[in-house]
Amino acid sequence: MDLNDTPEQVRYRAKVRAWLEDHQDEAPAEQGEDDAHIAARRAWQSKLAAAGLAGVTWPVELGGQGLGPIEHVIVGQEIIRAGVPNILDVIGVGMLGPTIIAHGSDEQKVRYLGPMLHGDEVWCQLFSEPAAGSDLAAVQARAVSRDDGGWRLSGQKVWTTNAHFAAHGLLLARTDADVPKHKGLTMFIVPMDADGITIRGLRQISGEAEFNEVFFDDVALDADAVVGGVGNGWGTALTTLMFERLTIGLGSESLGYKAERYAAAIATDEHARLDPEVRRRLGELSVELLAVKFIGYRMLSALAQGQIPGPEAGLAKVTTVRSAIEAGDLIADVLGPDALDAQSEWAYMISFLPGLKSAGGTEEILRNTIGERVLGLPPEPRLDKGIPFSELRAKERAATT
Amino acid sequence: MNLELTDEQTFLRDAARDALSRVKTVPAARDALEDPSVLPDLWPTAREAGWAGLLVSEDNGGAGLSAFEAMLVMAEAGRVLAGIELLGHLPASSLLDTAGDERIGAVAEGELRACFVAAQPPGDLDARWTVEPLSGSVRLSAPVLSESGALSGVVAWVPDAPGADVYVVGATRASDGVAVAVVVNAADVEVEEATRYDATRSLGHMRFDGAASTVLDGVGADELERAWYLAQTLLAAESLGAVETALSVSVEYAKERFTFGRAIGSYQAVKHSLVEVLRLRENTYALMLYAGWAYEDRPDEFALAASAARASGGHALDYASRAMISVHGGIGATWEHDAPLFFRRAQLSRRLLGGLGDATDRVAAELLSAA
Repeated sequence: MDLNDTPEQVRYRAKVRAWLEDHQDEAPAEQGEDDAHIAARRAWQSKLAAAGLAGVTWPVELGGQGLGPIEHVIVGQEIIRAGVPNILDVIGVGMLGPTIIAHGSDEQKVRYLGPMLHGDEVWCQLFSEPAAGSDLAAVQARAVSRDDGGWRLSGQKVWTTNAHFAAHGLLLARTDADVPKHKGLTMFIVPMDADGITIRGLRQISGEAEFNEVFFDDVALDADAVVGGVGNGWGTALTTLMFERLTIGLGSESLGYKAERYAAAIATDEHARLDPEVRRRLGELSVELLAVKFIGYRMLSALAQGQIPGPEAGLAKVTTVRSAIEAGDLIADVLGPDALDAQSEWAYMISFLPGLKSAGGTEEILRNTIGERVLGLPPEPRLDKGIPFSELRAKERAATT
Repeated sequence: MNLELTDEQTFLRDAARDALSRVKTVPAARDALEDPSVLPDLWPTAREAGWAGLLVSEDNGGAGLSAFEAMLVMAEAGRVLAGIELLGHLPASSLLDTAGDERIGAVAEGELRACFVAAQPPGDLDARWTVEPLSGSVRLSAPVLSESGALSGVVAWVPDAPGADVYVVGATRASDGVAVAVVVNAADVEVEEATRYDATRSLGHMRFDGAASTVLDGVGADELERAWYLAQTLLAAESLGAVETALSVSVEYAKERFTFGRAIGSYQAVKHSLVEVLRLRENTYALMLYAGWAYEDRPDEFALAASAARASGGHALDYASRAMISVHGGIGATWEHDAPLFFRRAQLSRRLLGGLGDATDRVAAELLSAA
């Protein structure tokens, strides 16, 4: 058991730290929503990529560094330490790029990966729909093939982060409704400036609009927009979701949901820090957050030995969100309504967490998956198995009328 | 970074599992509720396996291993509810080793069984070194050592006290209140065996009435503190093993038992509860890794890591044993099943050595003082 850097990792960390110290003056602010801020964040991503601090685990021939998950985490830790923002397009570089690397054609890799890595073209993930979240394979966005080999796309996606400034999206659509639902899906690359696309911001509890709903009205796609083959969309999507787990797992430190930070907020209140009830609540949530930190190290250690994290990695997200919610509650109880003021560092967190509970898999669906795949418990009886998607939809409609 | 078990650690764990599998410890835990004399004596097993000297340096005849290895053995004991006197012996052996005490060879070999009479270190709410009271919520001051070397005081609910050969007691010096570790021989102290809700847990109330004692050289507040937190990690690990058994037994039953035409494990209410046990198990194991690492490499964080592991393990076992009862239905609440034995283990353990409440408070205190 060894948590310390190896000599090579010590050297790598020093190199990363030195670059960040030399360039931290060029970094933009972390927060901001206007066009100028996005432009600055893209320029900063370009500098990070040129320095080899983006796409650390991508293959060298595709512009990456060909290094392992530990080096990826070292870069993340050093970026936090330097107090500068990480890359803007975490979803593209962390999840969608690796999906194209795994399933895309050589032409797609050459065309898309470089501009993605350098922040020249930001990407968005077009998977979830109003009626397809936990049951992602129920997507209804429909792509119909044209005589010239191209496609026409119609439907709606939702919870799409960064759609309002993305150049491309990776989209899961139904291409055959007459086969069971997992079989009739295809993955597409969609240019976000195409005719027929409407993007609308969705305001969250905090009042900010970090993600969008996206409407597709008879959007034309070329034949070469398909990623991973027609009808193979579900397998391609599973790759993205695996990288999503990885990105969330390896990036949890950057979320800042840390016991030390919450304790610091309470420590300044001389009465609260001696209050047994406050201490019990702080102690209980801190136990969980300290555990998550070491669960993250365990995952990293397993990855470094070449193992892919299983669904149980989702438990860390459940724990993090639950504990951070408890922390927000506790801090607001101690500070009073002031904690909910728009200027407070806690108001945003308190507003953000109820939604995060459902992001990347709801707590309930994660518990189902882990119960079945890790503990080996039997699945819920399913009414959709082996039934063509079109019949399933007809049954659903009949059941609600 | 590598958090996988080494080959040696895997061997130690597997050997412990194998050695303990030869004794029917779980049925004995039930029978002993009516007749404590039927409990198997596992001390010879511990001696043969070399666990008595696990934390003793090689120069002093031990294995020279660390806290994490001790936790691996404790987890195996917990898995089968084995009552081995390691919770008392291991921290005591570590203190005797540090002091280079003349008895250390015999203690490492297990010929002499040592017992740590723990005192909880001072905190920001209580500046005293304290010990368990016989009853109630007010902690007692640790035993006091007079200038003539006589030890006085009462310590209740001491793990593994009955039958030990030598006691290492956390005490304070009457002259200046400084923490000292003193050694008391069995002949010089009265040990009253305490009633046990969990028959596998050996406990004693100790009365030091001007007992003859010798001060351990080179052992001060820092070492006593380290021994206290070491005991916390051992309890955490023991809980982890019991949680793992409770989980696997419950999962197997949830696959076999059918209601309304389906296995009960297919229902979300049952499934989610068992996943909660898994979640708490994963948390506890991660915190054991933290504690093992801090013990060696981050001594400043050991109090935090050990307290967090203890709080997590205790809570995990409480939850797991209740889930075990619920999943099994009515039979789970009867002596026909093993579930009550895990429940009894959970309820008694969580109230020993400061209890989960103090461990949780210590986590908060450490974080608040570092902020």
